[in-house]
Order: sequence, then C-alpha cells, then structure tokens
Amino acid sequence: MISVRDLRKTFVTPAAKVAALAGVDLDIRKGDIFGIVGFSGSGKSTLLRCINLLERPDSGTVRMEGKETTTLDRRQLGALRQKVGMIFQHFHLFDARTVADNIAYPLEIAKVGRKRIAARVEELASLVGIADKLKAYPGQLSGGQKQRVAIARALANDPIVLLSDEATSALDPETTWSILQLLKDINVNTGLTIAFVTHELDVVRVLCNRVAVLEAGRVMEKGEVGQVFHNPRSLAGKRLVEISRGFREGSLYTDGGGI
Amino acid sequence: MLLTGLEDTLYMTFLSAAIGLAIGLPLGAILTITSKGHALESPRLNRTLGAVVNMGRSFPSLILIILLLPLSRLIVGTTLGPTAALVPLSVEMAPFIGRITENAFKEVEKGKIEAVLAMGTGPWAMVCKILVPEALPSLVRGVTLILISTLGLTAIAGCIGAGGLGSLAIRYGYQRFRTDIMFATVSLLILLVTAIQLTGNRVARRIGRRRHVYE
Repeated sequence: MISVRDLRKTFVTPAAKVAALAGVDLDIRKGDIFGIVGFSGSGKSTLLRCINLLERPDSGTVRMEGKETTTLDRRQLGALRQKVGMIFQHFHLFDARTVADNIAYPLEIAKVGRKRIAARVEELASLVGIADKLKAYPGQLSGGQKQRVAIARALANDPIVLLSDEATSALDPETTWSILQLLKDINVNTGLTIAFVTHELDVVRVLCNRVAVLEAGRVMEKGEVGQVFHNPRSLAGKRLVEISRGFREGSLYTDGGGI
Repeated sequence: MLLTGLEDTLYMTFLSAAIGLAIGLPLGAILTITSKGHALESPRLNRTLGAVVNMGRSFPSLILIILLLPLSRLIVGTTLGPTAALVPLSVEMAPFIGRITENAFKEVEKGKIEAVLAMGTGPWAMVCKILVPEALPSLVRGVTLILISTLGLTAIAGCIGAGGLGSLAIRYGYQRFRTDIMFATVSLLILLVTAIQLTGNRVARRIGRRRHVYE
C-alpha cells in the first residue's frame, strides 16, 4: 500500500548537517493503523511528510499503491495529495470559513458539485460528531472539536491513507481518548489506513496495530504493537517502553538506573 | 476652491489606489506563492519580481512622477490635472502595495499553508480561496495604509500640476502666504486621514469578530 525504500533526507543548517532520515525502509499495509514513534528529532515527522512530499527526500523511493510518488510533476502531485488526508497537532483550520466550509474545501478543489458537497459535509460532520457545529467558526470551538473538524476535512475526498502528525499531542487525555476512539471506529468501519506519528507511547498502544520505532533517522524496530511493547529488541524500543512504564508507576527509570 | 481641491484629492486618492491595487495585489500574490515552500515555488521569478519591486520603490516620489509624465501624456493625453496624475500615482503605489500584500499573505501561518498544500491545492485556489480570505483583516489594514500613503502622494503630485488639496496648500498657503488656506487644507487632510484610519480599523475588527478571532 505504502512502501518506503532507503529514504534519506539531510537538513543543512548553518550550524550543522542533520540527517533526519538515514535510510528508512517501511511498509504500511492496507487497513493498518501504523504507529511511528520516537523521541524528538528522531525523524518521525520528516518521514511522514515525505509520504505526501511536503518534504522532498534527498534519495530513496516512496510508492503509494504501487505508484512512485517522488517523480510526479506539480499537477500529478496535487491530484495525489487530494487522495492523502493529513491532520496536524495544531489543526490548521481556516479561520475565515465556517466548520461546514472547512470540511467542504477539499471537495471544492476537487471540483465536486455544490449539491454533492452539501450532502457529503453533513455525512462527514455526523461521522465525527460535530453535526451541530456546522455554522460555527473555528474560533468558537474547543481543541477536541477542532481536531474533529480537521479529521472530517481530511476524510472529505475518501483518502487512501490518513497521515497524522502528532494529532493528539496538543489535547488533554480525555479528548485524546475520544479522538483515538473516533479514528479507531473509522478504521474498523471503513478500513481506512492510518499512519500515526506520535511521541506518546500509550496512544500507540491503544490505537495502532503495527509500529515502527525511529531513532536518529533509522528504523530501530518494527512489528506488531503487542510484540514490540512486550518484548522490545532494540535499545531505542526498550528505552521508550521503560520510560512509558516508569511514568505509569510514578517513577522514572532509564537503562536500569533511576532518575 | 477648497471644495474643488477636496474633490480632486479624493478622486486622485481613491482611483489611483484602486488602480494600484489592481496591479499590486496580483504582484504581492505572485511574490508570495513563488517563495520557498509555497504553491508555485520559483526562486528565479521571485527574485526577479523582488528586484523590480525594489527598483520601483527606490525612486524619490517626485522624480518618479516627473519621469512618468510622458506616459500620462500617452495614456490620458495631458500632463496636467487630476486625471493625468492617476498614471504616475498608480505606478508609484503598485510596488508598495505589492509588498504590503505580500506581508499580509505571509502572516498566514506556515503550518496552515502546508496543510493547504497537503490537500493538493493549486496556485489559484491558494490565492483566491485561502490567502485572501485568511489574510483579510491584515489586507484591510494594508488598504488603510495604502490609502493614507496615496493621499500623501497626491500632495506631492500637487507640486507639479495635479491639483487637489496639496496643490492648494503649496500655491496659496505657501507661495502666497495665505495662512488661512494652509490651515484649512491641512485640517481637511487631517480629517481625511483620521476618517480613513478609523474606518479601516473598524472594518478589520468587524471581520475578526465575525470569525471569533480576537487580537
């Protein structure tokens, strides 16, 4: 469905060259909720952004449903992106548009007719549970409601995959939980494939079926969530799991030593 | 006399600002979307346009107005009067308006632009459906600034035969020592500037309030 091969990306800053991705291989299957976890700076967001080419990789390939994406021209890339939904930590809704018009935007640029847009917007709004807010502006919504609108907007064109870049990281635990339930329901009911970048391990545990652990631009470990969590083989995986367990027990241990 | 002056000033200000906007808005839009990481990224076009804009803004206003007089004669048929002044005034304002527009568009968060690009938005939709509506309050404040600058510019054009309040202030107030006329013209200009600024602020605030965005 999505296959990433030997993906490399280096950011050149005045201070140093940072290898955000140093040869990543990854396969996301249809219907997966695929978690991409790692500490800050591990390259997980860059990896996600290379999938819809918000970031141009230096080398390597990204194939989506068998088609190579890195060689598309501007128009083809636009068409592809209409079929790839994306949600963000800070929602990025349009302040100038009502909730209904926010959800309608991807349909407008896909040249869908007005009547069909109206029907689709209603359908999406009730799917994400904001049917009563259609006339409101984003400025009137809470964080959780905003993310629901963003999800509806991302799903408008029936995407083949939903990319989520830290989509729950700015939300409180209760709201996070409700958003995760929503994503999970959509996955179960429609078979939507989701790539979910996060640093919150508990979120992966609840939501994802497979996971990849990134560190320093490399995949240190990947596999079924249960297996990676109960029996992490890589050092990065072990550290992540230790820390998450430490938080739950109220004290923090890394590498066997207490902090 | 004052009334004709006021009429000429308003005519020159609003019309040349409007023509300037017709040139400057697209200019600002192109400057924005050709910049790095935008819908029509094109460093060469961006640099070239940027250089042209900077050149246009480097001329002292009076010099540019004089340089453009032959163009007025070509288009309007005369170099005297408010209509003749429209040509140099709009050309003078256009690059400035381009920059103001660019600034307003660049105020739209980078993350939001990326989200828009991630949805497969082309350059047209980017400008018409996203940049203009999202930046509307800043654009309105920009237009306020533009109108007031144009008003100031009409006074300079008044030095060389454009007519209007500026011309009155110079010909009567200054050259003929008519302090009363100087006082009257300056008072009128102050009133105009205040009215434009207050209206601009109010419109911008109203747009924000409608969207429940408070600054």
